[in-house]
Amino acid sequence: MLTSILVSGLGLGSMYGLVALGFHVTYAVSGTVNFAQGSVVTLGAVLAYWLGVTLGWPMPAALVLALIGCALFGLLVEGALVRPFVERGSDAWLLATVAGGIVLDNTLLFTFGKEPRSLPSPLAGKPVEILGAGVYPLQLVIPVVGLVLAFAIRTVFRKTDLGRVLLAVAQNADAARLMGIDVRRTVACAYALSATLAGVAGLLIAPLFSVSAELGTLFGIKAFAVAILGGIGSATGVILAGLLYGLVEAGVTATLGSTYTQLVVFSVIILALTLRPDGLLGRAAVNKV
Amino acid sequence: MSSYTRPSLRRIAVTTSALLGFAIATAQAADTVKIGLVTALSGQSAKSGEAISRGIGLAIDEINAKGGVLGRPLELVARDDEANPSKGVLAARELIQRVGVVAVVGGLDTPVSMAIVPIANQMKVPFLGPWAAGTGITRNGAADNYAFRVSAVDALVDEALVAYAVKTYGAKKPGMILVNNAWGESNQKGLKDALQAANLPTAGIEKYEASDVDMVPQLSRLKEAGADTLFLVGNVGPSAQVVKSLDRMGWAVPVVSHWGPAGGRFDELAGPSAAKVHFVQTFTFAGNASPKAAAVLDALKAKYPAIKSMADVTPAVGIANAYDATHLLALAIQAAGSTEGPKVRDGFYKIGTYPGLIKTYDKPFSPEKHDALGPADYVFTRFKDGEIVAVTN
Repeated sequence: MLTSILVSGLGLGSMYGLVALGFHVTYAVSGTVNFAQGSVVTLGAVLAYWLGVTLGWPMPAALVLALIGCALFGLLVEGALVRPFVERGSDAWLLATVAGGIVLDNTLLFTFGKEPRSLPSPLAGKPVEILGAGVYPLQLVIPVVGLVLAFAIRTVFRKTDLGRVLLAVAQNADAARLMGIDVRRTVACAYALSATLAGVAGLLIAPLFSVSAELGTLFGIKAFAVAILGGIGSATGVILAGLLYGLVEAGVTATLGSTYTQLVVFSVIILALTLRPDGLLGRAAVNKV
Repeated sequence: MSSYTRPSLRRIAVTTSALLGFAIATAQAADTVKIGLVTALSGQSAKSGEAISRGIGLAIDEINAKGGVLGRPLELVARDDEANPSKGVLAARELIQRVGVVAVVGGLDTPVSMAIVPIANQMKVPFLGPWAAGTGITRNGAADNYAFRVSAVDALVDEALVAYAVKTYGAKKPGMILVNNAWGESNQKGLKDALQAANLPTAGIEKYEASDVDMVPQLSRLKEAGADTLFLVGNVGPSAQVVKSLDRMGWAVPVVSHWGPAGGRFDELAGPSAAKVHFVQTFTFAGNASPKAAAVLDALKAKYPAIKSMADVTPAVGIANAYDATHLLALAIQAAGSTEGPKVRDGFYKIGTYPGLIKTYDKPFSPEKHDALGPADYVFTRFKDGEIVAVTN
């Protein structure tokens, strides 16, 4: 029982963390987020199904192209749904990205179809036994991929030139512009990266569940809760919050039953935010006058 | 800002005449007798809505070819409820009040039907269920009951599930894994009663949300409680997740299921273990020797070119129930001699013998009996190569 809580909690938790990391990346660079992240999870899975199963392309190529598709959608969101509003000093990108997600969901519903389908994966065929619990190899791969990506992004932000550029834009866009940094392109890159992370989550979870036009909706909502809980400005905090969320969710389901899952989990979130209003590892924004 | 000026007199005149024109067009179209359909046409349960639409469509063609009802042709007006009760209620109100349908046919989801029935009773327009099995849909306690059904009834299905588990698997301590909604609740009560009547204990009752993806925790608790058989209630997606979770646990427990798996590509979603799940149906085309079944299948293929093989009519219950329900509704209208709700309702009680697709109905409805099908009409089936086939022991 404990093993299955751990495997299922860490697996789902790291996926929440991955999608939440996407929120973190754009927020850190531009102070905006893409509320269509959940729909991008769906987009990644649906594209992979379409290319790999419907068209019968080799799976590795299908997976890479699906991620490129997600990245392009990220660029589209930034260019069409965020930048025009930010440039006018409006907060309407909030609604615009929500609307973009709904449009994408429904487009997928029309093109992909209404029926859930199964995305085959060699890693989700035969379960292996670990400490008395059966798990698909994919369930072990998922948290590893999630943590490696999170660590990689943290390293890029802290240790590389690109990371410094990103952080410079985040701290003071005008100053960065004066230093010759292309702010517009930097923010666009952040959106593409953010959508790619959501796409990775979609590709990883699809074989465990089923591919449907509704796959990512709930994921997006939970991931945003995770991002806020972790402190949206902290990559480490976001990933930790994702794992914590996944474990509490699996633990509550296992002990009390899933009738109580959302009730308990979101109560815990409210309590956590009351105690730490800026998230687990977040820092209060300091406004210098 | 010229576009925000007050509407001109001319514009008002144009709008008014357009509305008048619409009213006249509606009045002219009243030549047909309209049947409303509120079902899921999108989302996870979309295939069930398609099956119901096809069953009704075929029956309407047959009825209209013979001159319709009361000398008028039948017409189907369908609305998507997106498996959402509040959208279903809106759609049902619109169909009754604006479109003026003679009856509302429901869809797969019990929560939606449960929400529509009180409105049908209040507005005195018959509601006819071809799929959703929730006991309370027809046994709703209303003094003036307008809800009828040509489908399975949870309370009776649950008795059949318990009897099947005992007979086939020698079940002594079954557990329940049920979807957490009105349909699950309806079956929780039904299964509890059926187990009590059979003098059997339950290993436990576990619920899951339709969006849950990992049911291992719930199933582990049933396993630890010593369940020797599982009763499964849920739509196709979550049912497949239950089977996958059982696979991961390596728990080869017999699963006796309500008919959720029939609503989609269960065998694709659940993998090879899908074949182990035995589930109840009211009808199956596969292995059906009746000439009427063959004739209806041919007619379906002719009318809907998308149907090529048996696999394309997998929710056969939806097609068959809706087909028979539409014919029975036509008979009720004919017997009523009117399209007024209360008269059509009484018309259902006057139906005599009708040789249908599922069986030959003989006085299918009475004021005490609003369900045309019973346990004698249930068959146990499983998936085999994409088709639903009867279980042969």
